[in-house]
Amino acid sequence: MSIMEIIGGILILIGSIFLFLGALGIYRMPDVYNRLQAGTKATTLGAMSLILGVGFLETSWMMKALILIIFIAYSNPISSHALARAMYKRGKYPLIYNEDKASYDAYREVVEPKKEEGRL
Amino acid sequence: MIYIFYIALSFMAVGMIFSFVRFVKGPTAGDRTVALDTLTTIGVAAMVLLGYMFQRFIYVDVALVYAVLGFIGVIVIARYLEGAL
Repeated sequence: MSIMEIIGGILILIGSIFLFLGALGIYRMPDVYNRLQAGTKATTLGAMSLILGVGFLETSWMMKALILIIFIAYSNPISSHALARAMYKRGKYPLIYNEDKASYDAYREVVEPKKEEGRL
Repeated sequence: MIYIFYIALSFMAVGMIFSFVRFVKGPTAGDRTVALDTLTTIGVAAMVLLGYMFQRFIYVDVALVYAVLGFIGVIVIARYLEGAL
């Protein structure tokens, strides 16, 4: 068992545990935004670590593994950002928001300017 | 060495089951889309690992195409939910 196989095995175990924790967060979290955070960050790290571990195990696959890692590293945050923006514009606000502390949520004044004028 | 693959694949299988439960019973459309995104990412990782286990290099290409298609699908669903499509 060479040193590359040990590094690859450890990376694969770390990646699979992070993938499992991300899916557990998808199942357990109460809100869309919490689910986005749990399901996107942990899953991105898990997939990157696992694919890098496979690249360490089979060294001739390293270039395509790096291409896949780069693609996951830029596509996953973009999709989660677009989804959070869509859910916000659809009218589902985060759980932290309440009417008294409107300064928490500066983006809401951008999305709904008419309601702010109507309240005045 | 093979036991590491079995442990990793069982973790990923339990994760896919959790994510699929959320995909079925999610109250809004956003929950389902997040669960679909997670399913796609776990599927890509599992495809690369199974490709190493079976010694088939073509599975990495399939995983790359599947990642691209999942990304485009989530973007399109997000644009549709936003009302801009």
